[in-house]
Amino acid sequence: MRDVFIIGVGQTPVGEHWDLGLRELGASAIDAALKDAGVESVDALYVGNMLSGSVNGQENLATLLADAAGLLPAEAFKIEAACASGGAAVRAAALAVAAGAHDVAVAVGIEKMTDGLASTVSAGLATASDQDYEASHGFSFVALSALMMRRYMHEHGRSREEFAPFAVNAHQNAVGNENAMFREPISTEDFGRSPIVASPIGVLDAAPVCDGAAAVVVCSRERLGADHEAVRIAASAAATDTIALGPRGDILTLESARHSAQRCFAATGFKPEQMDLFEAHDAFTIITALSLEACGFAPRGEALRMAENGCIASGGCIPLSTAGGLKARGHPVGASGTYQIVEASLQLRGRAGANQLAKAGRALTQSVGGHGSIAVSHILEA
Amino acid sequence: MQLPRFHRLRSAYYHLEGQACSACGAVQFPARRSCLACRSEELERRPLSGRGTVFSYSEAVAGFEGFAPPHLMALIELEEGPMVAAQLSDVEPEEIEIGMEVEMVTRRIRELAPQGYIVYGYRFRPRLEVEAGR
Repeated sequence: MRDVFIIGVGQTPVGEHWDLGLRELGASAIDAALKDAGVESVDALYVGNMLSGSVNGQENLATLLADAAGLLPAEAFKIEAACASGGAAVRAAALAVAAGAHDVAVAVGIEKMTDGLASTVSAGLATASDQDYEASHGFSFVALSALMMRRYMHEHGRSREEFAPFAVNAHQNAVGNENAMFREPISTEDFGRSPIVASPIGVLDAAPVCDGAAAVVVCSRERLGADHEAVRIAASAAATDTIALGPRGDILTLESARHSAQRCFAATGFKPEQMDLFEAHDAFTIITALSLEACGFAPRGEALRMAENGCIASGGCIPLSTAGGLKARGHPVGASGTYQIVEASLQLRGRAGANQLAKAGRALTQSVGGHGSIAVSHILEA
Repeated sequence: MQLPRFHRLRSAYYHLEGQACSACGAVQFPARRSCLACRSEELERRPLSGRGTVFSYSEAVAGFEGFAPPHLMALIELEEGPMVAAQLSDVEPEEIEIGMEVEMVTRRIRELAPQGYIVYGYRFRPRLEVEAGR
């Protein structure tokens, strides 16, 4: 397999884009990434998206975006892997270049959620779970995560307030990210007071519904130019677990996250403690905790202690979601995995602005879908 | 229009039909093509007892269209071993706790708009203390 490099990144601000549709959001992020890479055309476009069919009534989305972004007649198709779609699209682009099928490809993650009623979006998100045995019994995405959080609190003797550091850290990091949706800090007290959505999950445990698109251009070593601020994709891996929570046995181990991270560590020879930052899938605070444990940053049941000790802040032992994460940058579902890779790339290039870490040589990004039924991980290296 | 879907699911929804693996003895719900534990395809379908305990739970503030409140969502650990996601009935939210003994009941699950088709299936309620011969 050939080495693959990220040579261009682009993103739209995350938020409620009432004036922009799928085609405008997607073309905007793709244009920005192509300009950043200094390329005018690509061989292929891979689109990470979950809800364009159920919320926007638009499938064949990759063709729409290839058309809108002026990439015709490039190969283009959509990758759907629930909330991990954006990470999966980058993996598809990386695989195409690594295999030698293409030399330059672009991956765009995109979600346009505000075109649907809240009920439509909620039902659409629930299709990431087992429709026959979860969604059809009324289980929303939030409710399933709530079952995991309640059980975590029970097994490890924790209160819901003790999950606050993850949300506080995310909001603090979003202050310095001009593309983030919520650029206001929150306090531990704010977290404790936030209204319950599905007990024990409150509003401030959860990432918001929003719109956004982010894109990365990848290429082979032969196509690297002297002007490129290239970031190498040192490893890429995806793994799955049972679609429903019930058959897992242990619902507090994200096996998909564990396997995909382990494959990345095995491929590179790196250990978790050699990462300078971790772009985690913090859709809910419980998922952040379980991801830290699954990837080997914290022993089982110890993720909250790590957060309490300030380990997840910039300057800590493993800075988490340095641009605000899904919680505060925003979680345009199929785009989030691509945003993580854009943000990690900017850190590794030394171009993360106000949020720049002093040391940023290696990053782990991990995009988790369907409350842990799928995870896509990447290790990036400056 | 999802009538065929719920017709297809009737054994699971009405009888809590799972399977026992003839090779390794593992019991699973729902039934699947091969054993999740050992991949054997020698499987025997059987209705499960419906007795279990609450493994985790959540009270959701809002539910999907067609679901009536309260939205008491739970993961039930059945006495045969499998874990099933289901709503709780006949219980106040503040009475629910992990480890609470429950049993399956057949109840209305949801109403499917716009045809008004009513889906029935399993829910769980606190176990009634009725024993044979009492």
